[in-house]
Amino acid sequence: MTFLLGSGAGFSGDRTDAAIPVVAELIRRGQPSALVFETLGERTLAAAHRAMREAPDAGYEPLLSELLAPVLGDCLSHGICVLGNFGAANPDGACQVVAELAGRAGFPQVRIGRVHGDDIRAHLGSLDLQRWEAENRELPDEASLISANVYLGAVPLTEALALGAEVVVTGRVADPALFLAPLVHHFGWAWDDWDLLAAGMMAGHLAECGAQVTGGYFADPGYKEVPDLARVGYPIIEVEEDGSLVVTKPPGTGGCVTERTVKEQLLYEVHDPANYLTPDVVVDLTSVAVSQVGPDRVAVRGIRGKPSPQRLKTTVCYEGGWQGEAEISYAGPNALARAQLAADVLRERLAFRAPTELRSRLDIIGHASVFDSDAGDLQRTAMGTGNGDYRLRLAAEHAERRWVERATQELLALYCAGPAGGGGVRRHYQRRVCTASYLVKRSDVEAFATLFNPRSDYHVAS
Amino acid sequence: MSPVEPTLVTSSERVQDGVDGLTVPLHRLAHARAGDKGDRLNLALFAYDPNHYALLMDQVTETRVLALFAHRGASRVRRYPMPGLAGMNLVIDDVLQGGVNGALNLDGHGKTLSFLLLGMTVEVQKV
Repeated sequence: MTFLLGSGAGFSGDRTDAAIPVVAELIRRGQPSALVFETLGERTLAAAHRAMREAPDAGYEPLLSELLAPVLGDCLSHGICVLGNFGAANPDGACQVVAELAGRAGFPQVRIGRVHGDDIRAHLGSLDLQRWEAENRELPDEASLISANVYLGAVPLTEALALGAEVVVTGRVADPALFLAPLVHHFGWAWDDWDLLAAGMMAGHLAECGAQVTGGYFADPGYKEVPDLARVGYPIIEVEEDGSLVVTKPPGTGGCVTERTVKEQLLYEVHDPANYLTPDVVVDLTSVAVSQVGPDRVAVRGIRGKPSPQRLKTTVCYEGGWQGEAEISYAGPNALARAQLAADVLRERLAFRAPTELRSRLDIIGHASVFDSDAGDLQRTAMGTGNGDYRLRLAAEHAERRWVERATQELLALYCAGPAGGGGVRRHYQRRVCTASYLVKRSDVEAFATLFNPRSDYHVAS
Repeated sequence: MSPVEPTLVTSSERVQDGVDGLTVPLHRLAHARAGDKGDRLNLALFAYDPNHYALLMDQVTETRVLALFAHRGASRVRRYPMPGLAGMNLVIDDVLQGGVNGALNLDGHGKTLSFLLLGMTVEVQKV
């Protein structure tokens, strides 16, 4: 029998009303199903650890209540399993919120599974770490360390489901493992049936970014049209026991599911398509085919799997000093020349008003910015009328906040001491978080699941 | 509307009508999405018309893509052909100038860079 995987969110900050039509469709179909919230990016976890340091009750997904409240009661009453990495740095805190929401929805006896083992900060120093291929960073010193979390696979999540969990709360896990777990639990797939595990992982990969497979992050007017993007439907993946997949979305929602939307998401954040590494299986996409099998229905075939890797990816977050930004606008006749003069003045001022180790960058938004290098190569060569609407942006970083403040203050001073007609200055500062990734031995990671007990477990440090 | 934004396209990338063929932005023939991990960017590129796959393979080479991202410090490009999808995956190393956590760029993820690739020109035969 078909199992349905619904996506309720694709990142922290996603639309909080997205899950409602997905759950309505899962209920209408009446088939076994799960709803997944993926809300934990690379940096989201560091922000969560920081929040928890300042308030021990914080540290889980800040929008958790807004995301879950509209659908949790319906999921529990219809046997739709809910899984989410919204536990972030504080899965126990998230479990407590889920328990309270469920109680309010009339389900005080809700069974909440809590996954353990991703947080390896306590014994990071004693682990055999290999550098992750795309980076080359030294391990940060203990004082600046914020967090260290392993990307767990689906095994401990299936343990939670085997314990009878109706809601599964995790911290760091590989995003698609949130989707693979209910499939393995439902179909009883073996942990060495690599092709099936690969198909399940790719079902998760396709759905984990929410609308990115149903017309979100896709529209290019005149080239790639997407209807009703304001009400884009989040994905539902139909999965068969043999690993067949169909990507679709709830009827009556906006967006579209086409071969093109599916292809773009299939390779999203993939490097070597023959060896897409996940904790539970190495996926080979080289024989994949996508085909439109109905309106807003695309089948994905030919996913193959290979044995899982011996090491798991771990991301370490550490303090990265301060970053500040400040902007000022110039518009109308000769505006580009005025913005460029302002940039030159700022460069000169920073050269004698800021320490040499201050790292900075100047963009002229509207002329050359996001495509440009830190050195501003495109700013000097890009074409333009020069009479448009430009915004000079300074970004600066330093270990000490005062130097970042000084740099942005120099931009502010362009009001009175810079070129003519500058306006609309905004500035802000933030602590920066740096990340570095490593590979740890699978055998060094102890992942498991427990059922959450609201009274005794609350406030226990994770 | 024009698909060619004058502020973002250098003079050599403007549409040119040559003797043997037309020089057009890749944007006319293909669509793309960017993804990042660390300081590494992947650009998945797909021909709208599968008949253009061979043209993409001929002209969107590792060398040309490396040159396109040279100003960003790109050190290596690897191209993974995906003929079954009429596309390719381009993996570019060291192009994010620090990545999402280290970059001073407004777009530390490099999410907008799919459209830098789509601004690259290719030659198509006149019909």
